[in-house]
Amino acid sequence: MFFRLVGRELTLAVRGGIGSLMAVVFFVLAVTLFPLGVGPELGLLSRIAPGVVWVAALLAALLSLDRLFVADHEDGSLELLMLGALPLEFVVLAKTAAHWLTTGLPLAAAAPVLAILLNMSVDGLVVLVVSLLLGTPLLSLIGAVGAALTVSLRRGGALIALLVLPLYVPVLIFGVGAVEGAVLDVGVRANLSILAGGLVGALVLGPLAAAAALRMTAE
Amino acid sequence: MATRATGATRRAKAGWTSIHFFANPARFLRAARAVYPWAAAATAALIAAGLVLGLYVAPPDYQQGDAYRIIFVHVPAAWMSLFVYVVIALCSAAGLVWRHPLADLVARSSAPIGAAFTLITLLSGSLWGQPMWGTWWVWDARLTSMLVLLFLYLGYIALHAAFDDPAKGARAAAILALVGVVNVPIVKFSVDWWNTLHQPATISKIDSPSIDSSMVAPLLLMAAGFMAYYLTVLIPRVRAEIARRRIRNLRLAQVSR
Repeated sequence: MFFRLVGRELTLAVRGGIGSLMAVVFFVLAVTLFPLGVGPELGLLSRIAPGVVWVAALLAALLSLDRLFVADHEDGSLELLMLGALPLEFVVLAKTAAHWLTTGLPLAAAAPVLAILLNMSVDGLVVLVVSLLLGTPLLSLIGAVGAALTVSLRRGGALIALLVLPLYVPVLIFGVGAVEGAVLDVGVRANLSILAGGLVGALVLGPLAAAAALRMTAE
Repeated sequence: MATRATGATRRAKAGWTSIHFFANPARFLRAARAVYPWAAAATAALIAAGLVLGLYVAPPDYQQGDAYRIIFVHVPAAWMSLFVYVVIALCSAAGLVWRHPLADLVARSSAPIGAAFTLITLLSGSLWGQPMWGTWWVWDARLTSMLVLLFLYLGYIALHAAFDDPAKGARAAAILALVGVVNVPIVKFSVDWWNTLHQPATISKIDSPSIDSSMVAPLLLMAAGFMAYYLTVLIPRVRAEIARRRIRNLRLAQVSR
């Protein structure tokens, strides 16, 4: 049931065509703007590369959040899912997993190419991908709580950013910290461990909070 | 959803009658009316005493001169900004678990006060940082996490206001407040975990604080005064919320008649 739900979301995303790849397109475009904005000097670019890539990835993950539950809420399938045999927490987890597979994973795959364009060192590339693989599921899980809280609101999109971005700040700090640690060769273990620990915690607590928010909406 | 709804009403009834004394708004209003003048008087007396001791009696700092005196506003405001958030989180938990009606109102009324304390902390810290660090703002761990706390407060207030049904708004905001609790320890311990520009906590060890007793006394007086001020401002706000809810119920009754 869980995997069929993930499969359904992925099928919907594939049939959505280019629209479901919007996050990656946005990611590439946003990163491209930085060399145009701050100038093409390679030393400066490689200095700001970890932060730029991470901020762009974070905003790209935020961009697709407002559709996470809204479509199912509007056509009523969310209520059917709530009545189904699968506990709502796992429904949330399945939808979040699908969200990560369609945004976070492509972002992590696209990141090395962009990092090379920004003249990042090879040591940084590996850690960047690892930190994104640990960090983007965290972004999806935290974002699911924000999306669930605002699902019944008419103008929830803007509110999601206000609710979720403060909670994204630690993810950003430790993600960038790991990459900078690799670039400056001062060690990456601590930052990656904190990201992994946060991911484990959010895997448990995020679906609980999001499911509570969805139940509140349905009452 | 029928079974869940009846379960909820049963829980709500049990909460109304047995566990919670102040869940009855009338009883709360009576207690609040009795406490209010005392809280107001305590606020005035404590803050006046703290200001006199802090501005005239306490000696200037050997390094920072007179500029350090902003600590008597800055540190109590910082304590209160975290304390109010913890109050909101505890009230949110009570509101979610027991549907405690007054806990929701206290949480909702506390949020703007806590946001104001956070803003005061940031502004006074900025004024203090200018002469001491030579800059209005640095992106160090404690400043950044305080700023995040301010955004959490704003998100909480915005989410509360976004729902047409105040009961739903209260529950949504309560979930957000509980998720945001992770930030509180980060703010509290940021200066110990990261070695940054912001100085470590002044009053960390009760036996041997790293500050002279002539400076501790006004600091604690101001902190107590800020706490009394919080009560003094909170009580009218909660009363206004109760009145607002009553008006809303009367209007709804009128419309449905």
